[in-house]
Amino acid sequence: MTIATAAPESRLLDVSHIVKRFPTPEGDIVAVDDVSLSIAAGEFVSIIGPSGCGKSTLFNIVGGLLGGYDGKVTVAGETVSGTHPAIGMVFQEESTFPWRTVVENVAFPLEIAGIAKAERLERAAHFVSLVGLQGFERRLPAELSGGMRQRVAIARTLASEPRILLMDEPFAALDEQTRLLLGDTVLRIQQELKQTTLLITHNLTEAVQLSDRVLVMTYRPGRLKRTVAIDLPHPRDSEVLSSDAFGHYVAEIWHDLREEASRGIVDAESRVRAGGAKR
Amino acid sequence: MTFKAFAASRAGARIVGAGTTVAVVVIVELLIRGGVINPFIVPLPSAIVGSIPRIVAEEHVLQRFWQTTQEIVWAGLLLTVFGIGFGALLYRFRLLRMACETWVAALAAAPIVLMYPLFLVIFGRSATTIVMIGFAAGLAPVILKTVEGLAGTRRVLLDVGRSFRVSPAQQFRKILLPAALPAIFVGLRLGLIFAMINIVGVEFLINFGGLGQLINELAERYDLPGTYGAILFVILVSIVFFDVTERVERWLRPGK
Repeated sequence: MTIATAAPESRLLDVSHIVKRFPTPEGDIVAVDDVSLSIAAGEFVSIIGPSGCGKSTLFNIVGGLLGGYDGKVTVAGETVSGTHPAIGMVFQEESTFPWRTVVENVAFPLEIAGIAKAERLERAAHFVSLVGLQGFERRLPAELSGGMRQRVAIARTLASEPRILLMDEPFAALDEQTRLLLGDTVLRIQQELKQTTLLITHNLTEAVQLSDRVLVMTYRPGRLKRTVAIDLPHPRDSEVLSSDAFGHYVAEIWHDLREEASRGIVDAESRVRAGGAKR
Repeated sequence: MTFKAFAASRAGARIVGAGTTVAVVVIVELLIRGGVINPFIVPLPSAIVGSIPRIVAEEHVLQRFWQTTQEIVWAGLLLTVFGIGFGALLYRFRLLRMACETWVAALAAAPIVLMYPLFLVIFGRSATTIVMIGFAAGLAPVILKTVEGLAGTRRVLLDVGRSFRVSPAQQFRKILLPAALPAIFVGLRLGLIFAMINIVGVEFLINFGGLGQLINELAERYDLPGTYGAILFVILVSIVFFDVTERVERWLRPGK
């Protein structure tokens, strides 16, 4: 077991000894194995690992979308079971509502909270401009690019004013340049709002660019292998990519990740071979 | 306007559509006048157009058009309420869906119109019989497409709702229903087509009510231009309903 902790007095999110098993005909698969971590208020933490290491399972557990696990998730000392108003989630897949305009999408959580229309639209407009989409309020998602739609999804989650922003590979479907620029937007917002953020990613550059700490996960079963504190100056943007220190952190994390990613590829190949042999 | 812009425009599509219709009518007219098509089977298009003032004045075609339209509107309302309602129930209760879906699909292929004597016994020789046959005939596609639309809602949209702690009613009203609307409207359009065919068919069969009865009477009198003129009004009903459903869908689901 590896525990990745923040200083006890400032902990906002605590994840303790999480174990998640999925039953299969061949026996239980342990997706997440004894993972513990904590995040301080205002901190930006990334969890990085190879495909199939249980990152998204952990995302769903922390977000309250997935139950049936051992261990405990607490927010400011309060145990979380199911979704929690303090945790806002941004998903990997395109998740804007196609029948709602940008501002209506962003106002969705406020509508659910029962806030009057005029007030919620005004508040939503603030978050739309926070992600740099002012002027697009009345557009439908179909009229926007992938990066703009993901910004709408981020603004929508921010509009619910969560204490913890939980993001599952939010830039995975975007091209590299858009990904870097969107990373800048996320950093700016995080620094502006002092938003506590937990990012799940498999992208090294993204993890180092955005985070205060990077937690490296092992390939199946998913355990925390190592914590790397990123001591790059703030405020930070994508210019940081050209610094020597950035390259050093990427190389350091890749050193740990390489072994896990290789295990993942070998495992995937052996499963394909086994499938072929069965046929 | 360049040809490319004209070809891509809505007005261009309308002009080409109208032009094609006129061209087909002119070709049929010429073929009949040239003796290629027997005028005792297909009347001259000019004679059909010429019969319209007569069937309006003497056969009260507009009143019959209105009567058929009302029957279709009632059947459509029943289809919307019960079709979407049953579809939502089948989506919500998996066991019910597994038990009933095949039967509902079989209902779609059933020749409901042949059951008109049974409907006559239950509802009498009245507009209610016609509406109920139309409703029964159109029900299956509305149910099936509603189930398909609701079940096809992307998982991530439901997860977004869950992350914001929506209630089950909010999830249905604000996520499932709008996400399923395109499929539901396909079902409603199909249902209305089935309903309309059956409504006009039953009017014809039981010699009661609107355009179907008029077509029956004119055909019995061997008034071919009048018969085809009345059929034009049936097509008009179809166009009106197609257009209305499309506008309602665009209003309800702007992002489609």
